[in-house]
Amino acid sequence: MKEISLHILDIMQNSVTANADLIELIVIEDEENDILSFSVKDNGKGMSEELLASVTDPFTTGRTTRKVGLGIPLLKHACELTGGGISIKSKLGEGTLITASFVYSNIDRQPLGNMSETMHQLITSFEDVDFIYSHKVGDKEFFVDTREFKKILGGVSFKENSVSLWILEYLKEGEAELYN
Amino acid sequence: MKSLAELEAIRQKVSHGVNMRKDDHATRIVVGMATCGIAAGARPVMNAFVEEIAKRNLEHVSVVQTGCIGMCRLEPIVEVMVPGEEKVTYIKMTPEKAQKVVAEHIVNGRPVKEYIVGEND
Ligand SMILES: Nc1ncnc2c1ncn2[C@@H]1O[C@H](COP(=O)(O)OP(=O)(O)OP(=O)(O)O)[C@@H](O)[C@H]1O
Ligand SMILES: [Mg+2]
Repeated sequence: MKEISLHILDIMQNSVTANADLIELIVIEDEENDILSFSVKDNGKGMSEELLASVTDPFTTGRTTRKVGLGIPLLKHACELTGGGISIKSKLGEGTLITASFVYSNIDRQPLGNMSETMHQLITSFEDVDFIYSHKVGDKEFFVDTREFKKILGGVSFKENSVSLWILEYLKEGEAELYN
Repeated sequence: MKSLAELEAIRQKVSHGVNMRKDDHATRIVVGMATCGIAAGARPVMNAFVEEIAKRNLEHVSVVQTGCIGMCRLEPIVEVMVPGEEKVTYIKMTPEKAQKVVAEHIVNGRPVKEYIVGEND
């Protein structure tokens, strides 16, 4: 993957596939401690101990169009290249928590990339899922809870052209503010 | 800065319109977004479709994502389904190609032949 935000998109798609209806993403860019990390927590169907033990092996997949699952092994590889790693906690029927950390200054660390595009895509594609998103850079934070959007919109779809564009602009501004 | 008050204003405007939801008989643009698609660049492609359609304020067009379409090396793959017409499958898409597909295929009704999956793929 060219960007860490693409891994994030991919890992969050797993949560959607696992029927989560609440997904929490935390991204922390901590240059001082030389760590860039993200965690995705969902309330989806979770994994059995057996599946959990084999999930970093590319030959584990729930899909039918292709025999290998790539998402988690790719992420693990990208983290380890920098000297970081991943941890996965999961309980059947309760949910899953995946944490990935990268060594910030490592030359192999991918750029974080376009987080506003990633979040916009998830929020507008999966309207039945609530997303909580926190992005911290140093001591600044950008925070979004899509339940607040839903409350205001009262049934108007995120896919509505003007709403979709507003969400994209809102995310872009919030992200840009973090680096000002 | 964008504020939530703005979103409230948008809601009021939109709910005054007759048809709030995009209907089921609309044109569908389906983007393959499994790991293979994402790695090949499907996210900016999907984003280009969504933005282009929103900016042109096209109604009755929805952009949705799907899992692995099963031709990983031709990703990013996009299927366009116009009601009453045969499904068109575009391969190796880019954001620029996406804009052209919106202008030519969605708006003018002429599929962009160069991007369509061919016999030799
Ligand atoms: N959040 C999750 N909740 C429940 N199960 C999960 C979750 N994430 C992954 N899994 C399980 O682990 C498997 C492997 O995931 P991985 O992302 O590596 O591959 P995949 O999603 O099957 O295919 P690909 O990512 O290549 O499109 C999944 O098929 C699923 O069974
Ligand atoms: Mg996956």
